[in-house]
Amino acid sequence: MSILSPVASLGRATLGLLASLGRVVIFAAQIISHIFRPPFYPREFGQALLQIGWFSLPVVGMTALFTGGALALQIYAGGARFSAEAVVPAIVAIGMARELGPVLGGLMVAARVASSIAAEIGTMKVTEQIDALTTLSTNPLKYLAVPRVVAATLAVPVLVAVGDSIGIMGGWLVGVQRLDFNSAAYIKNTVDFLEMWDVTSGLLKGAAFGFLVALMGCYHGMNSGRGAQGVGRATKSAVVSASVLIFAANYLLTELFFS
Amino acid sequence: MIELSDVHKSFGSNAVLRGVDLTIAKGTSMVIIGGSGTGKSVLLKGILGLVKPDRGTITLDGQDVTRGDRDAFLARFGMLFQGAALFDSLRIWENVAFRLLRGSLARPKAEAREIAIEKLRRVGLGPQVADLFPAELSGGMQKRVGLARAIAANPEVIFFDEPTTGLDPIMSGVINDLIREIVTEMGATAMTITHDMTSVRAIADNVAMLHGGKVRWTGPVSELDETPDPYVQQFIHGRAEGPIESLR
Repeated sequence: MSILSPVASLGRATLGLLASLGRVVIFAAQIISHIFRPPFYPREFGQALLQIGWFSLPVVGMTALFTGGALALQIYAGGARFSAEAVVPAIVAIGMARELGPVLGGLMVAARVASSIAAEIGTMKVTEQIDALTTLSTNPLKYLAVPRVVAATLAVPVLVAVGDSIGIMGGWLVGVQRLDFNSAAYIKNTVDFLEMWDVTSGLLKGAAFGFLVALMGCYHGMNSGRGAQGVGRATKSAVVSASVLIFAANYLLTELFFS
Repeated sequence: MIELSDVHKSFGSNAVLRGVDLTIAKGTSMVIIGGSGTGKSVLLKGILGLVKPDRGTITLDGQDVTRGDRDAFLARFGMLFQGAALFDSLRIWENVAFRLLRGSLARPKAEAREIAIEKLRRVGLGPQVADLFPAELSGGMQKRVGLARAIAANPEVIFFDEPTTGLDPIMSGVINDLIREIVTEMGATAMTITHDMTSVRAIADNVAMLHGGKVRWTGPVSELDETPDPYVQQFIHGRAEGPIESLR
């Protein structure tokens, strides 16, 4: 028995993981199936758009600004080893648009939004507000989850677009102020090398990440355990799972778009 | 009329309900008493269809509660939750008029607000609280708002889950009186879960005691004190000694 126990533990963990995955997929399918079916909740959608999109702008903008600046310094230092300092504008633009903009933007939104959604819905569950919704003939999934997931799916690409612009501007600032690039030449280089697909692929990634972030927030909130500990655990799980899923989805989408 | 017949419900290995049989006549007020963890809330959630029984049937006016149009079914109910369960992000009047702003009972916003203010007045709250948020009210006021929300759509059946928990004795008395008055004037069927014997005497027409997953005793409130059932006597007098095991 003792020889087999590690195998049994591994089997139990695998089954548990698959069961969780199945529950998340069913939850996602339920949300998608409700998106186009009435009743609709425009007020809840508007509030979610404001919370997820507008109020995330400062944190996404600051992250992008510093990342663009650091990227410019790194590429300049690395490029100097083989006299390729001139690639800084192009690599900053492509790096921000394809990878860093969507991934870092997604992670910042995961930290800010997945946690807040899970804590809010988890608290609603603990205080019987979700049961109250049901008794008031309102489907909690449709009222709470669908507006948030749709809002995040639409808002995060916009955040990514803004983050890309600010990140590229951060690279330009460092390039011009610290690395003695000519401002006009830096901008021309950026525009010449950046292709539409670089930007579009990043925005599509942003939409996928937004969906995952809100999905994880809602899923863990609605399955929150009892009490403050249960809500705390749901919040932590929402952020961790959203972050891991962003990295996994980023790899898959990069394979899909660029391989 | 609400009828429960041989209702069983387990959570894992924990058998909470083990064959509950209970009838609540139309227009009467039934109070369910029993120790913590005896399945009172599960019973109530079973009637609302929030928890599905493993076995047995629950019917409302002869219709199985797990079948048929859920919206139409739930529109017949109002419920006051233990902690009021008000929606934090909505103003008080929007909480009260929640059902009147959406779904099959939806009506214009101005009319819904007017009804909400009228229901708030009915539970002793002035129109000045209508635009506040739940966090700005005391526990007793939140309970009143919860009560106003429960009666906003003039339901046929109203459930009260521990309506006086956490309130001081005077506020408990106020809430008990309100429940009794409202149930009588609306002619609604009421079902209340409580440990508070003052509430039992103020609210109930009939009482049922749940113990060991079954209805241990049921009868009119006037017979509660006279029943020789040792379980009921121990519970209503709050004795530590008796057939109901208590941890010390």
